Amino acid sequence: MSALVINAEDVHKSFHSLEVLKGINLTVAGGEVVVIMGPSGSGKSTFLRCLNHLEKIDRGRIEINGHFIGYRQASDGRLVEESDRKVARQRQEIGMVFQRFNLFPHMTVIENVMEAPIQVKGIARDVARQRALDLLEQVGLPEKAAVYPAKLSGGQQQRVAIARALAMDPKVMLFDEPTSALDPELVGEVLDTMKTLARTGMTMVCVTHEVGFAREVADRAVLMDEGVVVEEGKPEAFFSAPQHSRTKQFLSKIL
Amino acid sequence: MTPLVGIYADFDSHFFFQILFSTAFIWPAILVIEITLVSQTAGIILGFPLALGRMSRNPLFKLPVDLYLWVFRGTPLILQILFIYDGTAELFNNPPFLYPITRNAVVAGCLALALNEAAYMTEIIRAGLQAVDPGQVDAAKALGMTRWQVMRRIVIPQAMRIIVPPTFNEYINMSKNTSLLVIMGGVAELLYTAQAFYSANFRVFEALGVAAIWYLIITSFLTRIQSSIEKRFGERQEIAVAGRSNFLRRLMIGGAGRT
Repeated sequence: MSALVINAEDVHKSFHSLEVLKGINLTVAGGEVVVIMGPSGSGKSTFLRCLNHLEKIDRGRIEINGHFIGYRQASDGRLVEESDRKVARQRQEIGMVFQRFNLFPHMTVIENVMEAPIQVKGIARDVARQRALDLLEQVGLPEKAAVYPAKLSGGQQQRVAIARALAMDPKVMLFDEPTSALDPELVGEVLDTMKTLARTGMTMVCVTHEVGFAREVADRAVLMDEGVVVEEGKPEAFFSAPQHSRTKQFLSKIL
Repeated sequence: MTPLVGIYADFDSHFFFQILFSTAFIWPAILVIEITLVSQTAGIILGFPLALGRMSRNPLFKLPVDLYLWVFRGTPLILQILFIYDGTAELFNNPPFLYPITRNAVVAGCLALALNEAAYMTEIIRAGLQAVDPGQVDAAKALGMTRWQVMRRIVIPQAMRIIVPPTFNEYINMSKNTSLLVIMGGVAELLYTAQAFYSANFRVFEALGVAAIWYLIITSFLTRIQSSIEKRFGERQEIAVAGRSNFLRRLMIGGAGRT
């Protein structure tokens, strides 16, 4: 375990009058795999979206790789929102995979994977293509390179989405319920891809209810409820001997 | 004075067929097509920044656009044409720098049609941009794209599929709206030409009939192109936007490039 990749302190977030995050503290070390669980509406996805500044935060601070995400500290100590360009640059090192895949439907699979390296990093087309082919190989879909996303199954689309995120060589990967929109028989292939990724030492934060995945590869499991972290711990202890009543209650529903 | 199908009718078929495909009407028909292409295309180009302004959360951008739409959609087009051609001349005492507009009815007419059309295109473009799944924007941002890159590479190409079919309909409407330029008296379009003929020989029905046929030829031609575009954009969405280059080429792939 190396230095902290994610350091979130006292993160607050409200949508209008609804307070979704009520002071979240979470640290993730380099190479760590953290699984966040919790009932729907507990703020897990919102928290994940705050980690790459897809949502602004109202209070607290989030540091990724030692620098603030989305904000900079003014001379008086307050946090000021960064420009669009700066935020975009910061997001390059944070990969994200979404529940609904969000592949670009007007591009082929390989174009999806090449898009950001070419447009954002300015990598040469043939270099980006080779790297994209390697990544598609890695997620087991090299033969789908020239196909449009609409022709793929949900599981295949999600694996392409993982390859697309990896193409930017992120330091950390965020997974927002990556298997929730999948038919049951397609969940396994996506989890296998994520497990392989975890074994390469990638730092990962996964919002998921896949207990098997959490037990097998997670270093830490976290339970969020009503905008706070209720409990966190090693998966073995978390699942077999939860301390908090709300954790017990939640686990009894999903186990 | 010849009886036609049993009822009294005075149709001068000789005059009708004499002028129907004469250069007296072919040139005005070409002018109508030219004014349509110029004004509608200018309206589309103006519509994009207006749509972005309309969607802006900054009132500095949004309020002027709202005002623009309110004025141009809330007043008759024919009034806007007169405002630009005669109104500006009177208001500013017709200074030389306005001559290109106030002394050139074709330019003034195209300008009025384009400004009016921009207001309608704004809403078509805005609807198209807003129809794109917000998840697409999230995904693009998460990859490190700037707001403008997201717009150019992800949102606009996908919005095109929604924008292009109604936009082509606007070309058809525009071809008919060019007839309003007759009010300025200085544009030799189809209605003006028909009027010129019947004010000389009072063959009103024949002259208007010829103009009507030419409008039908133009709109039928445009409708043919439109249906081929709608087919491409509707059934085979991946073809329509498969190009890798800028959005203009994506627009062409739909079939508009063949006009």
